[in-house]
Amino acid sequence: MLEFILRRVAQAVLVLFVMTLLVFFGVHVIGNPVYIFASSECTRECLNDIIANLGLDRPIWEQYWLFLGNLLQGDLGRSFTHGVPAMSLIWQRFPATLELATAALVLALAAGLPLGLYAGLRPDSPVSKAIMGFSMLGFSVPIFWIGLILILTFSVRLGWLPAIGRGQLVEVLGVRVSFLTLDGLRHLAMPSFTLSLIMMSMVIRLTRAGMREVLHTDYIRFARANGIRESRVIGVHAMKNILIPVVTVLGMEFASVIAFAVVTESIFSWPGVGKMLIDAIAVLDRPLIVAYLIFVVVMFVTLNLLVDILYSVLDPRVRVGGRTR
Amino acid sequence: MAPVLDIRGLRTAFATAAGDLHALDGIDLVVNRGEIVALVGESGSGKSVTGFSITGLLPAAARVTAGEVRLNGIDLRALSPAAMRSLRGRKVAMIFQDPMMTLNPVLRIDTQMTDALRAHLPLGRAEARARCAAALAEVGIDEPEARLKMYPHQLSGGMRQRVAIAIALLHSPDLVIADEPTTALDVTIQGQILAVVQRLCREKGTALVWITHDLAVVAGIADRIAVMYAGRIVEQGPVDAVLDAPRHPYTRGLIDSVPASHPKGQRLPQIPGRMPTLTELPEGCAFAPRCTRRSAACAARPDPAEAAPGRWVRCFHPLPGAGG
Ligand SMILES: Nc1ncnc2c1ncn2[C@@H]1O[C@H](COP(=O)(O)OP(=O)(O)O)[C@@H](O)[C@H]1O
Ligand code: SF4
Ligand SMILES: [Mg+2]
Repeated sequence: MLEFILRRVAQAVLVLFVMTLLVFFGVHVIGNPVYIFASSECTRECLNDIIANLGLDRPIWEQYWLFLGNLLQGDLGRSFTHGVPAMSLIWQRFPATLELATAALVLALAAGLPLGLYAGLRPDSPVSKAIMGFSMLGFSVPIFWIGLILILTFSVRLGWLPAIGRGQLVEVLGVRVSFLTLDGLRHLAMPSFTLSLIMMSMVIRLTRAGMREVLHTDYIRFARANGIRESRVIGVHAMKNILIPVVTVLGMEFASVIAFAVVTESIFSWPGVGKMLIDAIAVLDRPLIVAYLIFVVVMFVTLNLLVDILYSVLDPRVRVGGRTR
Repeated sequence: MAPVLDIRGLRTAFATAAGDLHALDGIDLVVNRGEIVALVGESGSGKSVTGFSITGLLPAAARVTAGEVRLNGIDLRALSPAAMRSLRGRKVAMIFQDPMMTLNPVLRIDTQMTDALRAHLPLGRAEARARCAAALAEVGIDEPEARLKMYPHQLSGGMRQRVAIAIALLHSPDLVIADEPTTALDVTIQGQILAVVQRLCREKGTALVWITHDLAVVAGIADRIAVMYAGRIVEQGPVDAVLDAPRHPYTRGLIDSVPASHPKGQRLPQIPGRMPTLTELPEGCAFAPRCTRRSAACAARPDPAEAAPGRWVRCFHPLPGAGG
């Protein structure tokens, strides 16, 4: 197991290095931030001052070298616009995004598992067909459209839920969260639902497909032939097999959900890293963009590693170091 | 005393786009206490469907349309699903063909065994474990305590089938239906599994329906034999009598195509043609298209007739009996 983890970490470091190259040079191609800082009456001289200040006068390889050196010390540079370390900005905003994504994940599982289970057990019932139709929509309707419709319905027309912001926060272990206050929950409802739709649709489909497949296996027949109660046959004997793909796919998906919370955060003005990225791109705040991208890559790599470990815990057949016949 | 299993006129149909197709068409079978009956027939003849019709575990598309199935005199078709569940594992148990598939890949052996045990007995953890270990020892598994903690993939095929047998016999059921339990195993392991099941059933007085397509194993294990063809039992009787002097042309053909019954190097006689599928069943005798004895009479459906005491044959022109 340890060897497996070490090998994965080594791979991760390599991936990270390649990503720093791509991200750093990629961002340098998309535009020169200097013009955004300079006022319109700025002369050549004042432009040069700004360039020197930002360290942009040095050759790009040297800039990259510097960037890499700082990166190894955990320093991703200062935001041009905010004047504070980019990482501290990300850490400030990240809890909001993490809370939103986690709420979406919980929603996806809480609703997706039972719905998928039902559709798998009674594939021909009208309710199951409605569930599958819903999951099709979840995949195909654009997120921003759903977000806007929700706002129009529940905020504008009915006035039940607030359209923007995080609401009242409470501090838990030094992190400010909204899900512990009623006001916070009301703010969380629409964005987390919007963000969870794709995951929920995935859970529904995976659970249904898994159930349909597992129900035909000999081991489920054998469990029934032994007189084991149907609730236990479905809830434990079948479920443990179905959860393997569900957990794996969701784990992989979770990183994307965090990374692509951008759209949802923009619609609902959720003060997370996604919204910060959009603002940073608007003013070409290079260090912040780079820091965000590096952050996302690290997150992907870490989550994938965790999923692999979790997968091997769930599925004894792939457990590393386990004795096979 | 009522026989352990008493099946009369059992018909089981699959609902298909082309309407109901009867995979079983009038099965009569009696199994007495402690008796071992071999149910023999080509693949697709309806052996598994017979087993699942008894235990109420048919696939969703299938249902019993006619006939009676009695276990210790109790009419199983009249039971509620809950009552049927409480009999499964306790009074009637099953063993399946492929031990790689019979055990749940993600549950430990102890979980699977204690679940089966506690489905019918309210035992504490420790006692359930002790019983499971004892059951494993009984089927010839060494270090049962250690095996309990393993997952199926950590055991060999033969070992897994032993575990499945131990689970099936946990509650000392009156009847065990073993659906080709050795087909997927190596020949040497086959013999061992056969011996274990035979010994335990004899010891506990368990009646056994041994489903197989392999006539070679039948002689050694069974008291009686029932030969199936296209959803019907075409011949049944004491195993030696049937194997020595088959009366149904199909049974004759089956015996002649067993390698052991012929000198080496000689070509095995095979029954020409193949078994009809459910959609192409002839009106009368289902074996007629392949039968050398058929006559105009065979366009009608033969009913089972008692050819000798305890000997039933479903044929208009049965082969002559021994000495006749
Ligand atoms: N799930 C199913 N759907 C439709 N037909 C089936 C199904 N299972 C079995 N059958 C039909 O029932 C007949 C008997 O099958 P089975 O009992 O499995 O044969 P055996 O066990 O003797 O090999 C076959 O003709 C097969 O086509
Ligand atoms: S009934 Fe006729 S066709 Fe059928 S097995 Fe007997 S002789 Fe052959
Ligand atoms: Mg079969």
